[in-house]
Amino acid sequence: MAGTTLPGRLIWQVATVTDVRDETPRARTLVLDVPQWPGHRAGQHVDVRLVAEDGYQAQRSYSIASAPGDTSVALTIERIDNAEVSPYLCDVLHAGDGLEVRGPIGGYFVWDIAQGGPLFLVAGGSGIVPLMAMLRHYARATAADRASIPVRLLYSSRDWDDVIYRKELERLAELPNVDVRFTLTRAAPAGWNGFRRRIDRAMLEQVAGPASDMPRVFVCGPTPLVESVSAVLVELGHDPSRVRTERFGPTG
Amino acid sequence: MRTEEMRLDGNAAAGTLRELFARDVTAAIATCAGCGAEGPIGRLLEYGNGMGVILRCPSCETAVLRVVRTPRWLRVDASGLSLLAIPESVVIS
Repeated sequence: MAGTTLPGRLIWQVATVTDVRDETPRARTLVLDVPQWPGHRAGQHVDVRLVAEDGYQAQRSYSIASAPGDTSVALTIERIDNAEVSPYLCDVLHAGDGLEVRGPIGGYFVWDIAQGGPLFLVAGGSGIVPLMAMLRHYARATAADRASIPVRLLYSSRDWDDVIYRKELERLAELPNVDVRFTLTRAAPAGWNGFRRRIDRAMLEQVAGPASDMPRVFVCGPTPLVESVSAVLVELGHDPSRVRTERFGPTG
Repeated sequence: MRTEEMRLDGNAAAGTLRELFARDVTAAIATCAGCGAEGPIGRLLEYGNGMGVILRCPSCETAVLRVVRTPRWLRVDASGLSLLAIPESVVIS
């Protein structure tokens, strides 16, 4: 059987933080050097484990933001007030520190250029992170590959300052086959003429494109958003097996 | 135990499931022993907490797979899973 590879064991390792970068007032990117990193697919995540001096352990999953092919692993973490893990990762951890991780993990909520499109991505808040890996992967594809795959992103955030990767997304929107739509749910800057509400059926009817185009859909973010968006897309005629979801839990 | 708005899905259980299976199974198709519904593990609803994973059928809420970690054991209850079809992969996952 040519090409079949036995997968390796998934083990906990100590990664080194090589860089930290504030993306928004609430979100920070950690760049990690993970020993013997085998590479990853866009959409995959890592598990992170913190162990306190008294032995107490906390474990969380974080989506990989970096494009496949990068040697280092970027995680973008949204700080949730009074939570156990994210305040430590956002406020305390700095370059040179170690962090226990295992990964890459995932095989359902993943996209490679070889899967084709069209691609419809829907993000709420920090749900943009795995979709950003997909977009970064797409941006590195050849012009010929990109020409055959139209991409649309619908990204819901509280306000304009909360939009993670905002400048990079504006640049990606300049690619010929890429359409980026933002919706702001709490406050908008002066002169804003984009969407100003939570994602609803009318917005999806307008933005998703016809179900007959058979897009591959990826929806990620808070559980209520993911569940309502995927239910509406199925109501609009999208094939449920082409609508993939990743829930991040309650809204932060 | 998670409430509905806090529930996750099979993606969140993928790391724990890698302790049981030799490869990622989030794309594997699970058949629910409760109602016969089939779908990827990634679409099961996850209600676990720090001690383990509970994956429920999105159609009938039957617990399809439970994995609970105790100090000396990893306890797996697969009684809600009547069939698991794992795709052969040609990529390291």
